[in-house]
Amino acid sequence: MSDYSLKNIMNKPERLAPGHRMCAGCGATIAVRAVLRALHEDDHAVIGNATGCLEVSSFMYPYTAWEDSYIHNAFENAGATLSGVETAYNALKKRGKLPEDETFKFITFGGDGGTYDIGFQSLSGAMERGHDMVYVCYDNGAYMNTGIQRSSATPMYADTTTTPVGKQSDGKMQNRKDLASIIADHDVAYVGQTTFTSDFKDLHSKANKAIYTEGPCFLNIMTPCPRGWRYDTPDIMKICKLAIDTCYWPMFEVDHGKWKLTYEPKKKLPIEDFLRPQGRFKHLFKKGNEDLIVQFQEEVDRRWEDLLYKCAR
Amino acid sequence: MRTDITKINEKSSHTELTEGLMVFAGGTSKLFQTGEWRTNTPVFHEDLCKQCLLCAPVCPDGSIPVKDSKRGAFDYDHCKGCGICERVCPFGAIEMKEGNTNGN
Amino acid sequence: MAIKERMSGNEAVAYAIRQVNPDVMPAFPITPSTEIPQMVSTYIANGEMDTEFIPVESEHSSMSAAIGAEAAGARSLTATSSAGLALMWEELLLAASNRMPLALTLVNRTLSGPININCDHSDGMGARDTGWIQIYAENNQEAYDNFIQAYPIAEDARVHLPIMVCQDGFITSHAVENIELLEDELVKDFVGEYEPEEYLLNPGKPIAVGPYSISNYAMEAKKNQEIALENSKEVILEVAEKFKKLSGRGFGLFEEYRTEDADYIMLLMGSAAGTAKQAVDEMREQGKKVGVLKLRVFRPFPAKEIAEALKNCKAVAILDRCESYNGNGGPLGSEVTAGLFRYKVMIEAVNYIYGLAGRDFTVSDAVHVFEELADAVENGKEVEQFQYIRLR
Repeated sequence: MSDYSLKNIMNKPERLAPGHRMCAGCGATIAVRAVLRALHEDDHAVIGNATGCLEVSSFMYPYTAWEDSYIHNAFENAGATLSGVETAYNALKKRGKLPEDETFKFITFGGDGGTYDIGFQSLSGAMERGHDMVYVCYDNGAYMNTGIQRSSATPMYADTTTTPVGKQSDGKMQNRKDLASIIADHDVAYVGQTTFTSDFKDLHSKANKAIYTEGPCFLNIMTPCPRGWRYDTPDIMKICKLAIDTCYWPMFEVDHGKWKLTYEPKKKLPIEDFLRPQGRFKHLFKKGNEDLIVQFQEEVDRRWEDLLYKCAR
Repeated sequence: MRTDITKINEKSSHTELTEGLMVFAGGTSKLFQTGEWRTNTPVFHEDLCKQCLLCAPVCPDGSIPVKDSKRGAFDYDHCKGCGICERVCPFGAIEMKEGNTNGN
Repeated sequence: MAIKERMSGNEAVAYAIRQVNPDVMPAFPITPSTEIPQMVSTYIANGEMDTEFIPVESEHSSMSAAIGAEAAGARSLTATSSAGLALMWEELLLAASNRMPLALTLVNRTLSGPININCDHSDGMGARDTGWIQIYAENNQEAYDNFIQAYPIAEDARVHLPIMVCQDGFITSHAVENIELLEDELVKDFVGEYEPEEYLLNPGKPIAVGPYSISNYAMEAKKNQEIALENSKEVILEVAEKFKKLSGRGFGLFEEYRTEDADYIMLLMGSAAGTAKQAVDEMREQGKKVGVLKLRVFRPFPAKEIAEALKNCKAVAILDRCESYNGNGGPLGSEVTAGLFRYKVMIEAVNYIYGLAGRDFTVSDAVHVFEELADAVENGKEVEQFQYIRLR
């Protein structure tokens, strides 16, 4: 990836057509576009998709935004569905029913609801069985499609519609599940956690490795949701930058079991910097709630130290 | 395009729909103009643009076309006017204007 | 030359799967269908077939993967029973609505609870409104024959729907009986190659499967599904005709056994039809005009044909191996009587529930039912509607 150049990579034809119905400023399709740019131009792809914002907005009959073949089956089974497609590819190749010189890659997208929660078993099964596919989670930290309900990816203290802040509630009580680590513990070929950086090099590099590493691969991409997070919509790139510079969202990869940090902020910023621009954390800045931010910071620090330890091994 | 979606509309009879509502084509969403949603419009000042292309990947709607490593005019048929591109431009080459103006 | 063998129903279906050699089979074990994926895996391990087997982590995933594989252009199938089918329920609907002609070999077992491994039809009946074709077998021979006819029916351009081939758990699946098998080449020729027109893996010809549909399209799509299911009726009969030429064994939407002059007919599905036929034979010897209508095709439901077949009898006993908890009988009882009413066949019809969770159903039970019908018609004795056979 040392020869990465945004100016060159942006020349590739778009594989996600415009005209989809995602909200203005949505992070999910920024992620999808970036992942698909990592496909070699001559390669074909079958794209899977769990039910969610992306699915209902990108294939609303008869409008498909996908230039490649696409299958949405249901909410909880994107892993299993694509494992069937990938197996069909092997079966048909073996039987000489597909042209030998054509290559297909298998990429499925799911939100954190379809990935961390309802589709977790299906994902785990597909990863464990070793299908040559990439599962991409676009993690926006709540069930946004149904109206911002908490998921196991929702950060602690976030105000969601099922963890509303009130007299008796400070928002979500639990810390978020570290899914990238859990999938890495499946001993899969490649896991990458990333988000958007100005040149998109980190995301591109990880998508490229995930797509072109043989075996099951997993990408966890933080994709801010302006509606759910309640920041100023045009500020998405600033939010992403704060997420990585506060170490809230560390960027790392696990390549055949080897953990590697792919970004270390020169100066680790306090978590307040990430929390403050977001309406879902507004209550944390009320007088008397200082200890909540302290706890949040402690959790970020603990996870960051743990990650540094894993990467130093 | 094996499925001609221009022949399918909300008044089509069941005999005119595709089997299983599959679409036998790719990228048909281009025919749906999300540009109508726009309440603010990005305006491209080409003279200020240094062609760094930082704006192109951040567009959720692929509405900043790139050819030969140079960005072109906004695709106003699809741009939803979110304003992300304006914030990432280091050179002030994108300006958000109120209303759905098609860049005028 | 037909091959004479002795096999269980599961062995017979696994043998048929080997002969058809589909492209992809995802499966998850559940009693009493577990033997089918086991046997298929053994065939593959021994190089006797080369289907790609996916050992998925649940039945929801087996049907999900089967849908993915089928959409990709591969001939696919899975096997299951009971709770496995229930877990697939959402996916059964999607297989049908996405118009995937895949196959499922169902070994009927009761649904929990209480958890119990024995036969009744509550699993298959629970899936009766999912848009699948459902064909029920009386014995291992029919289970084998039905599976060989499955893909030619499902893949027909007029149909493009998934097909469920059902046999009774343990009674058929595990009991070893004589069977006549077809030679591999004949089966291969009969089933043919799967050549879908559009599929995910067609290079340069992308397709999109599984859209969000606004209301303006969804109702029309459901109608198209219904038309395809209606179409399958003639296709089932055409395929049966071709199969008869190959095997000498004929099939229809149902089998009428000694019904031509029957006053009293018992209508039922699955292995209990064999028991009922034996009762008919014994009663015919005593001069009683009784017969059996064994329903083979439950979906599409041949209401008109059943009404036609029953119109000259005095009474029909409709036997359900399933409780549908509607307070008004079982699924067969409801659908048959609705059909009789629609086609203005106003005969006495009594609904019985039998054999739940493997409860025995014997020749004497069948005789008793026929006697009860006769008593009602001839002596005007009131018969309790919707009664359980052998309930303590």
